[in-house]
Amino acid sequence: MSDFSFWIILQNLLLATRWTILLSLIAFVSGGFVGLLLLLARVSHSKTLRVLSIGYIELFQGTPLLMQLFLFFFGVALFDIEVSPWVAAWLALTFWTSAFLAEIWRGCVESIPKGQWEASESLALTYWEQMRYVILPQALKIAVAPTVGFSVQVVKGTALASIIGFVELTKAGTMLNNVTFQPFLVYSLVALIYFALCFPLSWYSKRLEGRLNVAR
Amino acid sequence: MIQQLNFGDLLPYWDVFARGLVFTIVLTLTSTVAGLALGTAGAWARTFGPKWAGAVTRVYVEIIRNTPFIVQLFFIFFGLPALGVKLSEDVAAFIAMVINLGAYSTEIIRAGIEAVPKGHLEAGASLAMSRWEIFRHIVLKPALMKVYPALSSQIVIVMLGSAVVSQISAEDLTYAANYIQSRNFRAFEVYIVAAFLYLLLAIGLRALLRGIGRAMFPKG
Repeated sequence: MSDFSFWIILQNLLLATRWTILLSLIAFVSGGFVGLLLLLARVSHSKTLRVLSIGYIELFQGTPLLMQLFLFFFGVALFDIEVSPWVAAWLALTFWTSAFLAEIWRGCVESIPKGQWEASESLALTYWEQMRYVILPQALKIAVAPTVGFSVQVVKGTALASIIGFVELTKAGTMLNNVTFQPFLVYSLVALIYFALCFPLSWYSKRLEGRLNVAR
Repeated sequence: MIQQLNFGDLLPYWDVFARGLVFTIVLTLTSTVAGLALGTAGAWARTFGPKWAGAVTRVYVEIIRNTPFIVQLFFIFFGLPALGVKLSEDVAAFIAMVINLGAYSTEIIRAGIEAVPKGHLEAGASLAMSRWEIFRHIVLKPALMKVYPALSSQIVIVMLGSAVVSQISAEDLTYAANYIQSRNFRAFEVYIVAAFLYLLLAIGLRALLRGIGRAMFPKG
């Protein structure tokens, strides 16, 4: 027991936190990229694109993230491709994140008053020009607060990658618990580290939201 | 080359799926009722309750909302026994779900309460209603009605999140899928079926909540 002191546990957890942060960042960036494409499909004039994106969003919002992780982990292996927990977690989190971000951003785009569309159309802007120069810049301003808020869900979502064997904070906690038999201490510390990661994001999101309401 | 998908190997295990499905449904329904009750109490504490209760509730909400559900679950199932509180998988899963939904619904219902016009509260006070009576008869119903859609989607999110309780061996739908794929090695097919069942559950739950909403708040 003495060779696994409090500080060694904490040190190991903090080292594993690097992977939680890295996975969160990568998933958030790639999820945001796919989410943007999805958003454009979701609000496009093409009915096919709209239906497809609605189906995609329904699918990834209507099934547990854990199932998606399992499906990517075991599914890609069907193509005789060795898939590491890293890649499976990255793929699953990307798809999951993109579905939620697209839906959040759609709300922002749709909250732009119709007059903006009509005014820009009367200036003979094409659909893409309207999007690029009129709608998206305004939607972006509204989107920042809920997007930062959702990043908390992504950080928490990475905890599920532990189940397919990706050694991040939660998995490190489980492993340390198996060695030290101090579950109360270990999981308290794990929770505390997650809190330290997520709370500033939640707080910042709330502050942005407040500022937006004042501006209105 | 891609291997052939074979769903036929799953048929002998249909009863395992069914039992897991029932467990997930029962767990979701019971923890939703208890979680909403906790959330209502929390929202009361934050708005109408004594100052200390509001402060305690606020800490509770922030802790739960800023840590992953799986860590909360592990803490309750593995951590609490160290303090002498031993819980079965099912009870631990239930408690974790209730605590989780309780925190989110506290925030949601609180937002609804704060949206009730101040004039209504003053009208109640001028009728010599107590603070509790004002909360119970004037504030609660319009507040719940206003945030009902947000509550509904949170309930669906919590139901989907319940897949994680399989990790402490609570025998839910995901546990059933894990069990079956360990027997017939058809992991991909098993998880496709499980994911499809979750999708149906989510759609069904949404429809159920819509129906309840219509019955409870006839106009909304």
